[in-house]
Amino acid sequence: MGRPTLAVWKFASCDGCQLSLLDCEDELLELAGQIEIVHFLEASAAAGDGPYDVSLVEGSITTDADRARIRHVRRVSRKLITIGACATAGGVQALRNFADVEEFASVVYARPEYVATLATSTPIAAHVPVDFELQGCPIDRRQLVEVLAAHLAGRRPDVPDHSVCFECKIRGNVCVMVAHGTPCLGPITHAGCGAICPSYGRGCYGCFGPSPTWGGDRPNTRGLLPWLDMTEGEARRVLSTFNVAAFREAGEREPREEAGDDASP
Amino acid sequence: MTHRHDRTLKVGALARVEGEGAMYVRVRDGRVEKVRLDIYEPPRFFEAFLRGRAHTEPPDITARICGICPIAYQMSACRAIEDACGVTVDGPLGDLRRLLYCGEWIESHALHVYLLHAPDFLGYPGAVEMARDQRPVVERGLRLKKAGNAVMELLGGRAIHPVNVRVGGFHRTPPRTELAPLAETLRRARDDALATVEWAAGFEFPDFEHAHEHLALVADRYPLEGGILRRGTGRSFTAAEFEENVVEEQVPHSTALHARFTDGGTYLAGPLARYSLNRERLSPLARQAADLAGLGPVCRNPFRAILVRSVEIVYAVDEALRIIDGYEPPPRPAVPVPPREGTGCGVTEAPRGVLYHRYAIGPDGLIAAARIVPPTSQNQAAIEHDLGRFVASRLHLDDHALTHQCEQAIRNYDPCISCSTHFLDLTVERS
Ligand code: SF4
Ligand code: SF4
Repeated sequence: MGRPTLAVWKFASCDGCQLSLLDCEDELLELAGQIEIVHFLEASAAAGDGPYDVSLVEGSITTDADRARIRHVRRVSRKLITIGACATAGGVQALRNFADVEEFASVVYARPEYVATLATSTPIAAHVPVDFELQGCPIDRRQLVEVLAAHLAGRRPDVPDHSVCFECKIRGNVCVMVAHGTPCLGPITHAGCGAICPSYGRGCYGCFGPSPTWGGDRPNTRGLLPWLDMTEGEARRVLSTFNVAAFREAGEREPREEAGDDASP
Repeated sequence: MTHRHDRTLKVGALARVEGEGAMYVRVRDGRVEKVRLDIYEPPRFFEAFLRGRAHTEPPDITARICGICPIAYQMSACRAIEDACGVTVDGPLGDLRRLLYCGEWIESHALHVYLLHAPDFLGYPGAVEMARDQRPVVERGLRLKKAGNAVMELLGGRAIHPVNVRVGGFHRTPPRTELAPLAETLRRARDDALATVEWAAGFEFPDFEHAHEHLALVADRYPLEGGILRRGTGRSFTAAEFEENVVEEQVPHSTALHARFTDGGTYLAGPLARYSLNRERLSPLARQAADLAGLGPVCRNPFRAILVRSVEIVYAVDEALRIIDGYEPPPRPAVPVPPREGTGCGVTEAPRGVLYHRYAIGPDGLIAAARIVPPTSQNQAAIEHDLGRFVASRLHLDDHALTHQCEQAIRNYDPCISCSTHFLDLTVERS
């Protein structure tokens, strides 16, 4: 019996999430003994053909070509796991979804007409069925190892879906919001990082995306403000950064309006 | 010897570089007619959506430009914003920043040397394949990389997109006791780093010299988190004068933005430039390692960049240990940086070379404009030019061998394609 095969794919992203795999220094070689990494361009020029047992997908869909490529990846993958905020929520580049992408292009490029890009940055699940989504910007490498190990053992990954506040308590942190009045998105952010920011004395800025425990009764931004100890501008900005599309429901006002009032001529 | 005089070589998706790029070479009548390094990483528009953000936000946001060198983005952003606000961060806080940057150099260089570049010299498609025959070597590389990550995790909170960096300093600074175990790790890393230089010095390097001017920061110490910009010819300019000295433009044969000096040709930033302009600022141990590796006062062979990176790992480990030894916790984790209307510039030495940021802050304290010039975009023209010369001298090779050597030649420069925040053409030419 051959080992299960793994492919790693990249769409619009910073490479950080697939780098998490190479950052598993202690587990990498052992992992490579159990799983056959057959396609991972960041790590090897040997790109074997599929089908693959597991595909890890990083990055969001922002071009026509990538829209076609993700369908191909789905076809050649038995299990498709998306990793990171780009792949699960469109990432920081989804800010364009609430702005004028042509205007964005004209700020960055002298000849914006050459830039072949979609007006949106969308998560992988908006295009193809996804078997498992791992949140985070970047993902947590311990969670990545857990997801791969669970797959090898044929069980469900043990990835908690409570909020960062829980992890903060487990870690024995003093709550930065209660103790210092520091604005913190911990109550509404998905667990997974181990509450890094409060451990370093700063508020959570939501890089793991919204916590599902917040559920359907998620209040609007204004309702959250006293909780998070943020001004409205701060709240709007922090909710529209790394997981803008996912957090957007939490905001009362359209980020588009914000871009309108804040942008300088 | 092939007798075809017209041929086209394409590498559809380059392996072992960050981000996505492709190469295109056109040969006609036995002459290299066109060489193009295509960047087809989709645009992510960072410079556009930084507008309207608070002046405290760019360090967290620009970190997301690159997962491999987030500290470089955080440091250039902090310096540019502090410059705009008239604040200087130095003393123990400056040292801690330098320590954090050392961590990134160690981690990023070890990644490049062991996982991305060495397999080329040894004939493996990648490090995992290499580990089958040479496990202790790959383990040494992973250990080194982990030592760099340990610095990033302790000081930054995590290795990818650290959370502890802020404009003005840090959110939290470590007590001395926390740095002691790190020093232990780094002392072991120093041996691994020296062994790396010795190992890489045994590789075979093609005879090849690039023909570009160098550009790097120069400071009292080997350049990392600041300094003035110096050219190979000796001329210097400050971060504020960057855009007067460097232009990015479109050239007819390529649609990617190419940087050059306003008064001259293409230039090369990165390890070769840094080393050639700062060799005497290396620590004694690193200089000794450079001698051992056979690096002279100036290094112009891009294939030997792997040696320079290895020497820089020795330096970064040494420097990190020096900072830890002399560390006295600063009185407060950050100096206040109230926003003020104006423009500021910051340049630091990312592992791949000079990284320039400029921010304009408006009267409302929010960012009005941002500009980021990453090292890959500065080196792009030089890389293409070198590739042209490289191919011209190897036309006798068959397509397969030549393609392979070109890929290897591109990897010399460690182009960080995800950093290419503003390459122009995103048309894909694939075979
Ligand atoms: S989710 Fe964040 S860390 Fe992952 S690739 Fe996207 S920007 Fe990078
Ligand atoms: S921003 Fe929140 S989720 Fe992200 S690392 Fe910090 S505490 Fe964790």
